[in-house]
Amino acid sequence: MRRILTGLLAAGLAACAGSALAQGIDDPTRAPYYDSFAGKRVAYIPVAMGFDLTEGWAAGLKEALEPLGMSIDIRDPNWSTDAGAQALTSLITEKPDVIVVHNPDVQSYARLLKRAEEAGIYVVQVNMRSAYSTDVFVGADYVGMGEQIGQRMVDKCAPANGGSGKVAITQGVLTAAASIYQMQGITNVLSKHPEIQLVSNQAADWDSTKAKNIAATVIQQHPDLCMITGFWDVMDVGTAAAIKESGKPVYLLTQGGGNRMVCDGLANGTYSESVVYFVPGQARDMANMIKYLLQQKQPAGATKTTLFTKLDFLTKDNMTAASCWDMPTKG
Amino acid sequence: MGMGRLSQEQIVFGLALLLCVGFALALPGFLTTNNVLNLVRSVSILGILGVAMGLVVIGRGIDLSLVALMAVSVAWALHMVGTGMPLPQALIIALAFSLFIGAVNGWLVAYVEIPAIFATLAMGTLIYGFGRYFLLDLDVVYMPEAARHILWLGQGTLFGVPVPIFLFAAVCLGGHLFLRYAKSGRYLRAVGDNMLAARITGVPARPVVVLQYVLSSLIGFMAGIVTAASVASMNTRLAISTYVYDVILVVVLGGIGLSGGRGGIRNVIVGTLLIGVLLNGMTILDIQYTVQNVIKGAILLTAIVIDTILNPRDEQTAQQGDI
Repeated sequence: MRRILTGLLAAGLAACAGSALAQGIDDPTRAPYYDSFAGKRVAYIPVAMGFDLTEGWAAGLKEALEPLGMSIDIRDPNWSTDAGAQALTSLITEKPDVIVVHNPDVQSYARLLKRAEEAGIYVVQVNMRSAYSTDVFVGADYVGMGEQIGQRMVDKCAPANGGSGKVAITQGVLTAAASIYQMQGITNVLSKHPEIQLVSNQAADWDSTKAKNIAATVIQQHPDLCMITGFWDVMDVGTAAAIKESGKPVYLLTQGGGNRMVCDGLANGTYSESVVYFVPGQARDMANMIKYLLQQKQPAGATKTTLFTKLDFLTKDNMTAASCWDMPTKG
Repeated sequence: MGMGRLSQEQIVFGLALLLCVGFALALPGFLTTNNVLNLVRSVSILGILGVAMGLVVIGRGIDLSLVALMAVSVAWALHMVGTGMPLPQALIIALAFSLFIGAVNGWLVAYVEIPAIFATLAMGTLIYGFGRYFLLDLDVVYMPEAARHILWLGQGTLFGVPVPIFLFAAVCLGGHLFLRYAKSGRYLRAVGDNMLAARITGVPARPVVVLQYVLSSLIGFMAGIVTAASVASMNTRLAISTYVYDVILVVVLGGIGLSGGRGGIRNVIVGTLLIGVLLNGMTILDIQYTVQNVIKGAILLTAIVIDTILNPRDEQTAQQGDI
């Protein structure tokens, strides 16, 4: 009898253990992880949708956050700083959990971003910094980038290295953070290299036609021009056209988010080199920081984190199929 | 404009010459063949658009949708080629779209009798929004490989002269011949000068108004093709830029009065050249962009002030107003 009982007990225990093994042990961090994201709202205000950077960030954020049950709400001010400020103001009353903002310049949104944080909304800034620092900034280190570009000018164009020493710069708009900080970086380097002569430093308003006319005139005046550096690949399509028409071997160093069009341009000789801040990487950085903030549950503005994006200097020779990314298709 | 007085066209031409002489003396590389060619090339698209706007303004209208329509229709053509449509077919569809919108503009102005400035302003916004939402995915549409044949129109040269200059010249010649010799061209001027009088004398005034907007959209489309070919892409953001005001500036600066009926293609050429000389000289001098705007604005104001002093407003303008 006792034997039978022991046997039954053993069998019962084994069965219990067996079923426990089949079910597995629950990960204790799982539920809080998913709970901290479910139903959370992220609002995204770029300077405008419809170009590679902003579309790429939006796609990356959606891909990372929507499966977790978060919603991404895009407010498109379409290049209007006023419309962007209005969108921000109305968001402050709507109180989403996170605002991702792409600043048109260093001043316009500064006060609103402060108010948003005071209202308890986490604020993530991407690529173009505001004068007011918020919870997170993800983007290129533009001063460092300018210094690296300045160094490229010296490497390529200094008379000691076989260049003519003449370089030109085509900026976007003068007040954008990207332009101001980069010029600072470039100046830091060029001030130590008097042999490099900056023959033209103009703003083309991010417009390729203007960039083309400027480049054509500068090359005309300085046929021995060594390098033009432009501040955006989309605009520099115009610079490239001017160089091609002139037939002169001017080195074109551009920059941008590393969309497929840049690799195509490097491959077919439109650009000589491009400084790339990889947009899907930036989107992942933002998504990770958002996940971090939502799990930590600290008050907005309690911590300030800066994540500088790694910069790649891409040329025809060092790029690979994975160097550039494809625009998400709409639908 | 009385006898012995300088017309605005002459004043502006004089100003352009003066600037030319100044730049030529101060800047060693200014008066070279290559730089002059480059100067004219850089403003030839502006000039082509100026002819389109000039025709409408001579007919006492204004077309604020010109640049928006150009940007969206040409960007759509490139987009269609990019999705695999043959180039000629895409161009024909986009051109048809452009002409249709031009006709709608004309119909709104001539038959619904909405003031041209409001009808075309609204149309420009509508086209841009429609294009960006329904026709195009992105702000900037790149020239696909299949459309490479038309690059020559913007980047090629013929006998050492850039092709856009020839196109500008051809559009000017066409516009001039149309105004001078075509029956509808003369009607256009008559309608612009005095619509009621033109009507009484049997001019089909309303169809002529429609025609001027259709012409403007046609020439605008050509300018768009040259733009796209010139920078291997089309930026639809042009539609919401101040470019259309630059075009009006060229027209008004050259001396085509906004009150209609006066001026010709020569005025457009003169206005275009002044802007070209200014931009080119300032770029060579490496003047900062914001300062360039100040100088540009100051010179334009000067031209207008000189004109007002030399040619005081007459009774007709006083009654009709400038627009």
